[in-house]
Amino acid sequence: MSATTLPWEQPNTRVEGYVRQVRRKFVRHRLAIWGLAVTILLILTALFAPWLTPYPPNDVTSAFGAKPSAAHWLGTDQVGRDVLSRLLYGTRVSLFIGFTTVAIYVTFGTFVGMAAGYYGGWLDMAVMRMTDIFLSFPYMLVVLVIVSMLGSQISTIMIVLALFKWPTIAMLVRGSVLAAKELDYIKAGVALGFRTPRILLRHMLPTIIGPIIVSATFGVAGTILSEAGLSFLGMGVKSPQASLGNMLHDAQSLTVLTEQQWLWMPAGCMILIAVLAVNFVGDGLRDALDAKA
Amino acid sequence: MTAQEAMSKPLLQIENLKTYYPVRRGLFGRASGFVKAVDDVSLTLYEGETLGLVGESGCGKSSIGRSVVRLERPHAGRILFEGEDITSVSQRELRPVRLRLQMIFQDPYASLNPRMRIFDTLAEPMIAHQLIKRGDVQGEVDRLLQLVGLPRAAAYRYPHEFSGGQKQRIGIARALSLKPRLIVCDEPVSALDVSIQAQILGLLQDLQDELKLTCLFIAHGIGAVKQVSSRVAVMYLGQIVEIAPSELLFRKPRHPYTKLLLGAYHPPDPLFRGMERLIIQGDVPDPSDPPSGCRFHTRCPYAQERCRMEEPSLTKDPHAVACHYPLA
Amino acid sequence: MGTYIVKRLFIAVPVFVGITVLSFLIMNMAPGNPVDMLINPNIPKELLELKRERLGLNDPLYVQYANWLGGVLRGDLGYSFSSYAPVSRLIGERIGPTLLLAAASLLLGLLIAIPVGIISAVKRNSKLDYFLTGMTFLGISIPPFFLGLGLIYVVGIQFKWLPTGGMTTLGGDGGAGDILLHMILPVTVLGAAIAGKKVRYVRASMLEVLGQDYLRTARAKGLRELAVTNKHALRNALIPVIAVVGAEIPLLLGGSIVIEQVFQWPGIGQLTMEAILSRDYPVLMGLNLIAACVVLLTNLFTDVLYAAADPRITYG
Repeated sequence: MSATTLPWEQPNTRVEGYVRQVRRKFVRHRLAIWGLAVTILLILTALFAPWLTPYPPNDVTSAFGAKPSAAHWLGTDQVGRDVLSRLLYGTRVSLFIGFTTVAIYVTFGTFVGMAAGYYGGWLDMAVMRMTDIFLSFPYMLVVLVIVSMLGSQISTIMIVLALFKWPTIAMLVRGSVLAAKELDYIKAGVALGFRTPRILLRHMLPTIIGPIIVSATFGVAGTILSEAGLSFLGMGVKSPQASLGNMLHDAQSLTVLTEQQWLWMPAGCMILIAVLAVNFVGDGLRDALDAKA
Repeated sequence: MTAQEAMSKPLLQIENLKTYYPVRRGLFGRASGFVKAVDDVSLTLYEGETLGLVGESGCGKSSIGRSVVRLERPHAGRILFEGEDITSVSQRELRPVRLRLQMIFQDPYASLNPRMRIFDTLAEPMIAHQLIKRGDVQGEVDRLLQLVGLPRAAAYRYPHEFSGGQKQRIGIARALSLKPRLIVCDEPVSALDVSIQAQILGLLQDLQDELKLTCLFIAHGIGAVKQVSSRVAVMYLGQIVEIAPSELLFRKPRHPYTKLLLGAYHPPDPLFRGMERLIIQGDVPDPSDPPSGCRFHTRCPYAQERCRMEEPSLTKDPHAVACHYPLA
Repeated sequence: MGTYIVKRLFIAVPVFVGITVLSFLIMNMAPGNPVDMLINPNIPKELLELKRERLGLNDPLYVQYANWLGGVLRGDLGYSFSSYAPVSRLIGERIGPTLLLAAASLLLGLLIAIPVGIISAVKRNSKLDYFLTGMTFLGISIPPFFLGLGLIYVVGIQFKWLPTGGMTTLGGDGGAGDILLHMILPVTVLGAAIAGKKVRYVRASMLEVLGQDYLRTARAKGLRELAVTNKHALRNALIPVIAVVGAEIPLLLGGSIVIEQVFQWPGIGQLTMEAILSRDYPVLMGLNLIAACVVLLTNLFTDVLYAAADPRITYG
């Protein structure tokens, strides 16, 4: 019976699974691999910042505004804190805010988007109007205004950044769900009498996860930029805690800009490197997952 | 009434079923019209029989199947399964019913979750319904695979590693995992190569005998239906035009449409030798605006004035037909 | 088509209401209120209470909302805490420079993005494509304020080619030429951000169109590749690109805050920062509301435009 001659038992046939296919396509994207390597390096740096930094980031160690030297590779700032130490701690804060914020809004947006797309009807209508409302507010403006009112604790910053970003994920997920809902294996789940949570989490989510992952990756890059912008304007992470953005905040004085480049160049470059690396990973994932996110 | 019908009681009764799809246009997307996919259909399935349901694509036969397993919500009419009205109960209340009412999908490439191993695909229904203990899952999956003629090693593979016919075997095994009494087979072989079709049909027949299954077998090919069905219903534009025991229907079709369908089918079967070959002319009319009178009159070679005006109803005899001038 | 526009307008109404509600709620998150802000121990408690009463601050929230909305619909956005000028007038005075900056940046962004995206798509997977893609990623990844500071440092201070801030030279004539010189750096920064976002979009759109059958037909007819690209592909690729320009409006409005801060550009962004620093909530509320309404209207406009431009859109 031919049912027993299985494809993988025949010579010269190679069947490739989804995960392997994605991995192969991702590895082919050279910039994405570089991006991934840099991202991992930055995450490790952030995690091990306490052991890597030569000085505590908030301690006044020596002269004010000292030029880079053997003792202070990137010099010291106006109050005499070690710039390299602050840079590493700043990276830690920026990455933490980036990843956590995205985790919050992607989870929430996915949940809302799945419910809207799957159940449809008035719920869908309501969610879509909600996304319209939230997305009408220019992101930087509304986040800036709210944070300025509520105060800039890191948790507040993350929640406000997430509050006006979840609609993008909800819209993306809703669209994917509307398409995936018609798939036979999703319908089979209904016919087999599975509960809705099982259908949504075990069958729907893995089906639509590609674009979500891609969007989340780009979201990390975008959130790092947004937080840097907030801190740059003086409304983000507050001194003395270092963040990449608030290190640049101080560079708005002409003397710092022209005479003390070590105070703003490293932080700016660090943001650029981190955002660029994460964006490359996102691009690689987009190609590999074949997702239009 | 045939001997078989007399012996068994009805398992599934479809009464005046109407399944419409709204055509949305205009302000706020209100339905401005309906595609009447199933328009007043009544059918009864008796325990242990296989009822074939045939018709051209778009005639509403799949909509009946999907309505029975409640993947569509019927517009009107009643569906009784084991005497219980399941027409408008919620999906939650349907869950226990689904243990006894399963479906095999048309496209085996699309109906298996590509991200799940076969083991999980087969085990999931039993686990979700808490039918078996954790320790028994392995044995039960092995049994299901064996039942549909696949080796045990198949459990640890993903769907893309199988051919179409093998995937459909898995689809069948999944439906059987809940030990249903009624299986709706929605064109289970039409996506497969012709050479594979016979194998799957044979498997279905064996399983049916072995497990005493009742089947609603939907197909657009006459051949598949003929092989497995004890009775056959022919559909045209959302309605049943003829229903009869298989052998009778194939030997002596009474509705012109049935005859034309049989004519379009050229099997290597002596039964059909010498039968006049007629081609069905024209296209299927728009199901949102079906013709008046007999819906087939626009394409019927025998249509009379009366067919245009008056809608024929289905007769009540074992060889029922909905035609003003049935063939002798 | 007519019904589509009507339908779209009907959807915009609840969204508008939602925007006003959300704006109002955001402002109610603010600690304190206008009266508490006037903390002056010399004012007797009774007088403060009277003031609260007169300003309606003792009314339930929905009454306050209704009163406020009524004012908004008549064009009354309240008064600034710090300058006591009507908010609408403050915004009106500052919106010109921001619109100038935004329009110029959008134009520059598209002027970069469209050719770059097309070249990337036509020469896909070539060295040039990789280079342009790399530049694009640089464009979307560089923090605008960092690019701005860098440009100020290099172009403005090291080489002294261009003014580094403001809209006009102090004590200068303030003519168009002077403004233009001041615009170059901020427009470059904001334009680069827009271009970065748009290049991928143009490229993808162009690739999609290039892969379609009618272009193969055009090639089969013997048209040269250039003619194929120009005559047949371009228009179809650009319809969606132009139509989603509306999506950049929030980015422009939000991004202008940072840019205006870096370059001391006297627009809405500066007004926002001033209002934030002086806790001038009526101004912030007005800014938020106006910005959201601008976005709402642009979306409405582009949706309708898109429907008109692309016959494939069904008005269902």
